[in-house]
Amino acid sequence: MNLTARLKPLNSPLTLAGGVLLLAVLTELLGISLLTRIITVMFVSLILVLGLQLYMGNSGILSFAHIGFMGIGAYISVLFSMTPTAKELTNSNLYPFLIPLHLPFVPSLLIGALAAAFIAAVVGYPLMRLSDAAAVITTFALLVIIHVVLVHWDRVTNGPRTLFGVDNYTTLWISVLFCVIVILAVYFFKESRIGLRLRATRDDAYAAASIGIDMVMMRWLAFIASAFIAGVGGALWAHFITSFSPYSFYLTETFVILAMLVIGGPYSVSGAVVGTLIVTAAREILRAIENYINILQVFPEGFFGFTEVVLAVVLILILVYRPTGIMGSRELRWPPRRGRIESAETNQSVNHIS
Amino acid sequence: MINLEFIINTLSLGSLYAMLALGLVIIYGILRLVNFAYGELIMMGGYIMFLLAGFTPLPWLVVAALAVLAAMFTSLFTEMVAFRPVREKSLTAMLITSFAVSTLLQNGALLIISPRARAVNLPQIFQTSVMIAGTSVPWRNILTILTSLVMLTLLTLLLRRTVLGIALRAAADNFTMTRMLGVPANTVISAAFAISGIMAGIVSIFWIARSATVTPAIGAPPLLVAFVATVIGGMRSLTGAVVGGFIYAITISLLGIFLPPDLLEFREAFMFVFVIIILLFRPQGLISSKTSTERVG
Repeated sequence: MNLTARLKPLNSPLTLAGGVLLLAVLTELLGISLLTRIITVMFVSLILVLGLQLYMGNSGILSFAHIGFMGIGAYISVLFSMTPTAKELTNSNLYPFLIPLHLPFVPSLLIGALAAAFIAAVVGYPLMRLSDAAAVITTFALLVIIHVVLVHWDRVTNGPRTLFGVDNYTTLWISVLFCVIVILAVYFFKESRIGLRLRATRDDAYAAASIGIDMVMMRWLAFIASAFIAGVGGALWAHFITSFSPYSFYLTETFVILAMLVIGGPYSVSGAVVGTLIVTAAREILRAIENYINILQVFPEGFFGFTEVVLAVVLILILVYRPTGIMGSRELRWPPRRGRIESAETNQSVNHIS
Repeated sequence: MINLEFIINTLSLGSLYAMLALGLVIIYGILRLVNFAYGELIMMGGYIMFLLAGFTPLPWLVVAALAVLAAMFTSLFTEMVAFRPVREKSLTAMLITSFAVSTLLQNGALLIISPRARAVNLPQIFQTSVMIAGTSVPWRNILTILTSLVMLTLLTLLLRRTVLGIALRAAADNFTMTRMLGVPANTVISAAFAISGIMAGIVSIFWIARSATVTPAIGAPPLLVAFVATVIGGMRSLTGAVVGGFIYAITISLLGIFLPPDLLEFREAFMFVFVIIILLFRPQGLISSKTSTERVG
């Protein structure tokens, strides 16, 4: 087998990873610090969206807990990466045994992600039987629980106050590196035996069960992997933004990440990438408009919420006119395919009110 | 600690939560949609009260009625514009839509009115108390109980004695079959959204009265309450919703008394742990209904 044939199944993930790397190189070459910041945050968002895609896209179940796991990843990684002096300065309430802990950035990040995955594994297993509305309410309940704990457990999280003094480790290159790894991981998960079985349960739970697929187990594995990626995203975000509070990991962030995935298309990895790119670009433009109007002081009370209003309208329009998102279930590849090949998944109709 | 004051306050809280839960369940029963935008209907009622009571000479009862109507029309409008087009697609699409509608309304208020809290002028009766058997009871609580009694009676009459009510109950039982028997889907669903909006509007009067202010984010806490209450009640039965509202009020009041102070702030988390446990072990709710189709596997 020659090299081209061997690389063929790798075309899509390599195209996506290559695109992301190219974007990083261009950003680096331009060297505009604002742009570098925007692109770095975008890569972190992309990691979060990919994590959500891994669970939601393959299992077909909406999860609200994702941003909660991001919060866990952020807080736990920060516990390890901050120096003891910084911890004493900013969070005097901390349990004494937590203060001397200190590790380099990458181990801290991995511990944060593992903590998120561990919590997902423990609380997630019983939840995996639930579908539809029950699944949505339980994951929503999980988000609320994580939020309440983050807000009130001030001996670990500094409570509702802003935690500051985190070192900035997340550079453009760190974020793009993790982004490429996550793109490949999510793509290979989708194509793996677990991913295939999980997608089978998504399309028809009973048929999948009849050929011996353990739906609960498949969903559980995806849920854990998804929480791990959310934890990585949270840790990267925390070490970029360097000061944050539990309110950063709640409904506003959930909405943005969900909008990115749904607009791009939850059934493909490319959808996650495309959605993140488009929504980030749109948000930055809208926010610039918002800021400009605020500087002009046209409105005495300020001009807020415009970005979210537009995003919400776009999200509703996408759900009405293109419910599988921009990408449907197609994956991007290089060179682009001529003509549109709609796979069966794009046309899948979920049995509901008909 | 458990005296008359406690009982009346808990009853009033329970009545409020029962109405909240009813408004959510009536839509869930028919569409299986958990309406995240439900809290924003309460916000809508609040802002209408703020605008009308602050800037017009209208008598207060008219203001309150218009606030309820505003919540109802918002509910109907969101159904027609956002939920109807995605209804046939998938449940997930509908859930995400409701989340988007919630964000839209909330940020719309932020954009059009202000991020800051607005004081709502309320009549004197909401601030005064009355002495009953030696304890002072706020009129607001008595009014809540009376209003919910009236609303529950009206809703029961509507559901039992009118054609629309029978159609609504039939649709909640088996929507496809109901449509085959010639009941127009849009009418039934619109009616459910209208009732939901009316409930939210009435709740908004009493919810806003507690703090006498309205903010764009005011819809979140009542939404969470409604979630918990409906899950306790079983998501599908209207009686269950009422019982769920009262169980929630009683539990939260008792936790307020008996929970040690450093755990008290985790009260909300406990309620949601309770929700998860109920959905796992008794997905039909504490009040059993005939069918439950949530669980596969």
